[in-house]
Amino acid sequence: MKLTGSNILIESLKKEGVEVIFGYPGGQVLPIFDALYDASLKFILTRHEQAAAHAADGYSRATGKVGVCLATSGPGATNLTTGIATAYMDSIPMIAITGQVKSFLIGNDAFQEADVTGITRPITKHNYLVKDVKELARIVREAFYIASTGRPGPVLIDIPSDIQLAEEEFVWPEKIDIRSYKPTYFGHPGQIKKAAKAISLATRPIIYAGGGVITSGAEGELKELAEKIKAPVTWTLMGIGGFPPTHELALGMLGMHGTAYANHSIMESDLIVAVGARFDDRVTGRLDAFAPHAKIIHIDIDPSSISKNVGVEIPIVGDAKNILKELIKGIKKLPDTHEWLKTVEAWKKKYPMRYKQDGALKPQYVVEEIYEATKGKAVIATEVGQNQMWAAQWYNCSEPRSFISSGGLGTMGFGFPAAMGAKVGRPDKIVFDIAGDGSIQMNIQELATCVCNKINVKVAILNNGYLGMVRQWQELFYKRRYSQVCISGPDFVKLAESYGAVGIRVDKKEDVRPALEKAIATDNTVFIDFRIEPEENVYPMVPAGKAINEIIGGLA
Amino acid sequence: MKRTISLLVENKFGVLARIAGLFSARGYNIASLAVSETLDPAISYMTIVVEAQDEKVLEQIKKQLNKLIDVITVTDFTKKEHIDREMVLVKINYSLSVKAKIESLLHKYVGKIIYSKGDDAIIEAVGDQAQIKALLEALDKFGVKDLIRTGKVAVGY
Repeated sequence: MKLTGSNILIESLKKEGVEVIFGYPGGQVLPIFDALYDASLKFILTRHEQAAAHAADGYSRATGKVGVCLATSGPGATNLTTGIATAYMDSIPMIAITGQVKSFLIGNDAFQEADVTGITRPITKHNYLVKDVKELARIVREAFYIASTGRPGPVLIDIPSDIQLAEEEFVWPEKIDIRSYKPTYFGHPGQIKKAAKAISLATRPIIYAGGGVITSGAEGELKELAEKIKAPVTWTLMGIGGFPPTHELALGMLGMHGTAYANHSIMESDLIVAVGARFDDRVTGRLDAFAPHAKIIHIDIDPSSISKNVGVEIPIVGDAKNILKELIKGIKKLPDTHEWLKTVEAWKKKYPMRYKQDGALKPQYVVEEIYEATKGKAVIATEVGQNQMWAAQWYNCSEPRSFISSGGLGTMGFGFPAAMGAKVGRPDKIVFDIAGDGSIQMNIQELATCVCNKINVKVAILNNGYLGMVRQWQELFYKRRYSQVCISGPDFVKLAESYGAVGIRVDKKEDVRPALEKAIATDNTVFIDFRIEPEENVYPMVPAGKAINEIIGGLA
Repeated sequence: MKRTISLLVENKFGVLARIAGLFSARGYNIASLAVSETLDPAISYMTIVVEAQDEKVLEQIKKQLNKLIDVITVTDFTKKEHIDREMVLVKINYSLSVKAKIESLLHKYVGKIIYSKGDDAIIEAVGDQAQIKALLEALDKFGVKDLIRTGKVAVGY
């Protein structure tokens, strides 16, 4: 039996195990939406296409499955692009489906036409313009395969509306073979042997773990390696949840707003075992001063990540979990790290993470209380800016896929829709978006999506009336010339209520916990407007362009 | 430094844009580019001369190219035995006073006259970089009016 392109698309999505699509209709996707009318797929209608992309991304981060978003041609598709770029920078598997004007109109500047494959080429792992309905099923199959294997990433499929209507037999390709795409999963045994030897000879080893640990599900192996060789472990923003922060070998996050002891440890180390991390500039600080005594073992599935920023002595390309397994087996002689751990411990004592507790409502305190109230078991999404760093520093996420944050692109407005997507994927979890009053206003319209679909998300707005991180930089590096950072917002309580959600305002420290308890007990989306200390800064901080042991400010 | 690399890529629409886009997005420079179909019409062959500051950048360029889904193989000719050629068309002053000199010069260099009319001639030359360079230097004093060159093509052996 012949099916329309739209039905082939839907059957293909079902074959891929898709349960939910986030999206928004429009002129050039009418045939797809007509087919969706009868389909058993769950559809979440967002209030902006950007939010659909972030929601699909958040769903993917929280579940490990491939998130799917759908939008119309032209403006629908361009609205997805921030979300696609966000997923691309953080290696998140996602499928973006866009409608396109009819094949024969492409290039004619038709109504709502944009060259979407052209626009998204640098922000997708791969993309397709479907020119023949016969290719559609294969393209969907390939797109999911490419998105979810190797170093994952978003893949876009642009489908002209006449292709959505064209009829063809539905033939699902069971096998897939892309001759030009063969990701490496198993590390080179010779390289693993070299790495094992380097570890045996190290006296000051440190493990530096990134998002690759989460993607690969290597948290168990990471812990085993750390405990076997008794090396301290630090992680990136993307690596949060890959190692228990309460573990005695845990150093917390490193880099610009990392712990001082993580930064001192990596700077003084003689061997860095990098696992699924890419030596981002927010991590390394001044490159030529980074970890001057260290030899580097770099485990990464993407060969282009290796020696991109920092020269690497022992690269191992492949999947982190597989490689760590072999590496653990390969280490015969254990390094003696006794003295090193004492040094690290002394840094921990000398430079603990702390903040000034003076009775004022502090954002760090709010985050700590969220941790307590949720027993550390919530899924935390963040916006971007100070809220993101406080969440990273003070919520001790110990489970993979429980910290959802735009690391690479740093997209304000990401957290709320991503939290929404995470909640759809993990309805069993309490999901919090730790937000700022600036970021939340960038996708605040999603209150309607949450309320309509009963997606019960808690939003903790750390409201300081500023675009706080920019203000902090202006304070520290631009002589307090506060230029366009004082931002007014709506009455968040009334706003939430007007959407049918619940709003709570908190001005005092003692009201934090009761408000959180109430929010958690409420079967609805809740906005909590925490009126925090306006000029609180994120510390520790390494100024841009400085070595990461040149730490300024605060008490730490 | 200039380096020659070749790519086998899927012969699909948009592939050239992906490669050009990668170069521009990452700030790499293409000195020349030649593209054609291969014996297998599903595959195209590209010879790219890249301008890279150092080995590290060249390494990144190759890795990034390899990462593109439509790129099948990347070959770096830096340390590989290969033959490369480029072609130039030179429009030159061919008036009576220089005619004989140009003709005798062409015995020593790559290049032949493929067209002439009045005071103008067009010389076609195929050779490696050094040969082309030598020819152009020799022709310079006769008054080169126009010069068109193809990108380099290279093949390993």
